[in-house]
Amino acid sequence: MTQGIRKLLIANRGEIAVRIIRAAKELGIPTVIACSEADVDSQGARMADEVHVLGPARADKSYLNIEALLGALSATGANAVHPGYGFLSENAEFADAVLAAGAIFVGPSPDTIRRMGDKAEARRTAQAAGVPVVPGSAGELLDVESALKAAEAVGFPLLIKASAGGGGRGIRLAQNAQQLSEEFPRSQREAQAAFGNGAVYLERFISNARHIEVQVLGDGQRAVHLFERECSLQRRRQKIFEEAPSPILSPQQRETLCASAVRLTESLGYKGAGTLEYLYDDATGEFFFIEMNTRIQVEHPVSELITGIDLVQVMLRIAGGEPLGLMQSDIRINGAALQMRLNAEDPARNFFPSPGLVEELIWPQGEGIRVDTHLYQGYRVPPYYDSLLAKLIVHGADRVEALARARKAVAQTTLVGMASTLSLHGELLEQPWLRSADFNTGTLEAWLAERRTGGDA
Amino acid sequence: MAEHTVITQLPGTFYRKATPESANFVEVGAQVSADTVIGLVEVMKQFSELTAGMAGRIAAFLVEDGDPVEPGQVIATLYSE
Repeated sequence: MTQGIRKLLIANRGEIAVRIIRAAKELGIPTVIACSEADVDSQGARMADEVHVLGPARADKSYLNIEALLGALSATGANAVHPGYGFLSENAEFADAVLAAGAIFVGPSPDTIRRMGDKAEARRTAQAAGVPVVPGSAGELLDVESALKAAEAVGFPLLIKASAGGGGRGIRLAQNAQQLSEEFPRSQREAQAAFGNGAVYLERFISNARHIEVQVLGDGQRAVHLFERECSLQRRRQKIFEEAPSPILSPQQRETLCASAVRLTESLGYKGAGTLEYLYDDATGEFFFIEMNTRIQVEHPVSELITGIDLVQVMLRIAGGEPLGLMQSDIRINGAALQMRLNAEDPARNFFPSPGLVEELIWPQGEGIRVDTHLYQGYRVPPYYDSLLAKLIVHGADRVEALARARKAVAQTTLVGMASTLSLHGELLEQPWLRSADFNTGTLEAWLAERRTGGDA
Repeated sequence: MAEHTVITQLPGTFYRKATPESANFVEVGAQVSADTVIGLVEVMKQFSELTAGMAGRIAAFLVEDGDPVEPGQVIATLYSE
């Protein structure tokens, strides 16, 4: 597949469809957007050279419909598919089908997608590449003696987890050996009663974890990193505010973390853009690989702003058969970047969705301000898909300047017609713990809970 | 005996069952109370329960499982006795 991309099918919607079309246009590649009936008036459909309707609004009839997407390829003569994020972007069966149709899948091989999509396999792959994973016992433990022995390697505090558990059930915390001795038999009994299987194992409990992830690019032979993003501010595991670089890593820690990501990426013969997610333990300074996302991510712009590299363009070049032109030594951190997600959710009503008509819209302008969005005045945000409306992204010479620009960007934005998380970002930017970057993955939810019950509620 | 309508206040996708594998929440002809769940409306990946709103017997569903719905749309009718 070295013939290059002659025409690109975008198998996505919303802001990422717009972002991909922009990159394709800059490379002179004609675009077709494959969209649902609900999205024929979307910004992506207005920008693309061609529009192909996949089917009804429901995602399973349109954006998740592999048959319909293969039909779009043959009907339009496109020879490549960019899957964006979500939908079929990490579906190995879809990537297989695109390749079988003789087209290019803008992303890694189906085998790589499959391998990294399996959590246990991803963990083994990381270990084989010498990348640390959350310490845990090797297999199931049958008695207190073997648990105590395993705990020496795992470390305290630790979690006793039921092998057959899931979704947070069947988990007990032990702070020390004494507690482990007491809790272990209870865990076994509970696991047996709840899941019909008494098998339990141990895993280190990281109580003040940050979510830090590394952006990588590979061409199948060689890989580079574009440094890390700090994405700890989450609500229900959804990131809300992201930044690059991480404000708390030392240059040495950064080097070790990013080098581990490149090692794992190269061990996969990885092709395209990817992200390795890690938990970072504030207490010990250790980091642990948790999973790899084999696609472009929502928060990719902060990495673009600090490195000056257009990730989506590079994805398209690599997919078209070009080798990675970048050397690691060419990639440097310039300043700091922040991203605020504007979602059609009402912070005053526990983030209830709020689709609607964009009645008035003014985006911020100025040095170091970028807006990635699919909104336009008069656009009706459909209720069928996720709630992301726009990303306000700012860049500054340092984090202090970036924060000042973020406040300016929020203040200059006007969106009338639906509730959004804009006001929440205004408040968030005033929090001392945000300014000092003193947070972890639990901080945002704790703050929101306090805010709900607090004085001004 | 009077006929009443059950209306959705939310836009989104209407479902008659909790998961694709489940049975319908209620069938036509079923006796319901005001707080009986008759379906779900999915809006931007969040699911909200739609309740009958009053006691009665389900006369008809005017919307199929998986259909898009608009605020104010009649989902079902019921007879009160």
